[in-house]
Amino acid sequence: MIRGPRGKLAALVLIAATGAPVAAEEIGDADRGANLFKQQCSACHQIGEGAKNRVGPRLNGLFGRKAGSVDDFSYSKSMARMGADGLTWTLDTLDPYIENPKALISGTKMNYSGLKDAEGRAALISYLREFSDAPSNIPEAEPSIIGTDHELAPAILAIKGDPAYGEYLSSECVTCHQKDGSDQGIPSITQWPEEDFVAALHAYKEKLRPHPVMQMMAGRLSNDEIAGLAAYFATLK
Amino acid sequence: MTLNRRMFLGTGLATGAILSAPMVWGQAKPKVVVIGGGAGGATAARYLAKDSAGALDVTLVEANPIYTTCFFSNLYIGGFREFESLQHGYDKMAAGGVTVINEMATGVDRAAKTVTLAGGQDLPYDRLILSPGIDFKEGSVAGWSHETHAEIMPHAYKAGPQTQLLKAMVESMPQGGTFAMVAPPNPYRCPPGPYERISMVAHVLKNSNPTAKILVLDPKDKFSKQAVFEEGWAKHYDGMISWIGPEFGGAAVEVRPETMEVVVDGEVTKVDACNVIPGQMAGKIAAIAGVTDDKGWAPVDPYSMKSKIDQNVFVLGDSAAQGDMPKSGFAANSQAKVAAMTVRAELTGSKAFPAKYTNTCWSLLAPDDGIKVGASYEPTAEKIASMDSFVSVTGEDAALRKATYEESLGWYAGITADMFG
Repeated sequence: MIRGPRGKLAALVLIAATGAPVAAEEIGDADRGANLFKQQCSACHQIGEGAKNRVGPRLNGLFGRKAGSVDDFSYSKSMARMGADGLTWTLDTLDPYIENPKALISGTKMNYSGLKDAEGRAALISYLREFSDAPSNIPEAEPSIIGTDHELAPAILAIKGDPAYGEYLSSECVTCHQKDGSDQGIPSITQWPEEDFVAALHAYKEKLRPHPVMQMMAGRLSNDEIAGLAAYFATLK
Repeated sequence: MTLNRRMFLGTGLATGAILSAPMVWGQAKPKVVVIGGGAGGATAARYLAKDSAGALDVTLVEANPIYTTCFFSNLYIGGFREFESLQHGYDKMAAGGVTVINEMATGVDRAAKTVTLAGGQDLPYDRLILSPGIDFKEGSVAGWSHETHAEIMPHAYKAGPQTQLLKAMVESMPQGGTFAMVAPPNPYRCPPGPYERISMVAHVLKNSNPTAKILVLDPKDKFSKQAVFEEGWAKHYDGMISWIGPEFGGAAVEVRPETMEVVVDGEVTKVDACNVIPGQMAGKIAAIAGVTDDKGWAPVDPYSMKSKIDQNVFVLGDSAAQGDMPKSGFAANSQAKVAAMTVRAELTGSKAFPAKYTNTCWSLLAPDDGIKVGASYEPTAEKIASMDSFVSVTGEDAALRKATYEESLGWYAGITADMFG
């Protein structure tokens, strides 16, 4: 794992055995994380079935909850204030906290000097993730992988201008945007001039246009894929 | 026909088999049998026929000649849709080249690669796609048995006559009566579904039976979109709905269909209508085929939806152990396209691209008050994993909620066209 320029966890693209690029990577080795938890955290924290507050709060349901929010635990003022200000525990915020707790929350009661090994932190976070909501049950739960930059995919796939790829990508769109161009609650996307189509998808990708579904859909498309889709949809009568 | 070497398929599974020669011209067309004509199966069958331009022999086995979508069936209960609008036939699919057989599949012989139908006919296959939805775990709710009690305390969790029965029961409750729902344990089809149903029942009762009460008995300590559902219930149906989680007995429920009572943590309550949604498992044919695990679901390869137990079998939708994806119609439709692409590549040498998965679930709280949740997913070596999600939040204005509802109407028209043609 390498720290990306905006301080987020960036991941190397993992090339799977057959040469296909994986557009996201697992957080880390959860088994190693379990061992690390036993060695470094379990003196103060419990997690899992029957976990109770001890020196530190129980860590079930950690992901997606505000800092300092376990009911019956007495937090430091510093932690409570962070939570009130909106700090939420996610893949992105847990990493710096575990690396050096006092750097993130100056007055934290957590008496731990930090885990400097980035892969170890990833393993630990991966283990902790197992005890929070499963997205299969609660679709809005925190993600369980880190998305990588999809820009690498076109270079490897060499699909520039590939109409078959445009049509395959379009199968994701036609569940909501109807191929016959009808417009009922969801705008029509057929027969747009290509530049307008491309501009619209880029506006969603850059989060200039609001609409969380479209931001998500466009966010995972590369520039070449957007061009392919524009070309495909322009042809539909 | 040349084999396209750029086959971007996942790790591990049987790459040797994939790269072996596909069917040669002159032999009979490769055969694909799809069991289950819902969001997963119908989409897979239709896409296979459409995209292979006649190179594949595609058969869809679905017992019901008319399919009733479970998604949007709550809106019918609430009075927002006609029942007929939920129903779809398979004529366009047949016209598109799929052989549709309206019979139950009763057996699968994976060694011989055949499917047996109720009438005794055997269907040979080169690839089998299973999308049989869910079946109920017997004994999941104390006192309730599917065979004996479904007509007294309906599940209405497979759309059709059960849905109509439940709606009729709600409408004939006495003034001031009690509607109870026994909500299911995880994992189950449609995470927000039971709570949308509660909203729809509350809407009906608010207008026709305003002193009626609703009890939700829930073994789960939280549910999808809970904050927005609870805000909506307080706003539209204040005082009508009580949600009882495991802390107060929601996990220790017994029902008594003969006397129309529910027992919660020892306390007996008389009910006038009761919706029991039991714990679930993969549709029976998946277990019969031998592709399910000890949890009752079918493990699949995240890159292709191929069964981990048999490389010639794919499992879609609710029946699959589908990683982070919820069990929803949208998800099944998304997975079906990946499976169809993989099957087509294996049998005809067409290109296979990296799998992409998405889901969005819309729920209606009250007229023009719609909410949604969704995410994008990527396959990893371990599972289909969630990457980026969104959910409606409390405090959204009326215009956004109205737009969200209208979006769901567009989606329904889109996905049913995608499934059935």
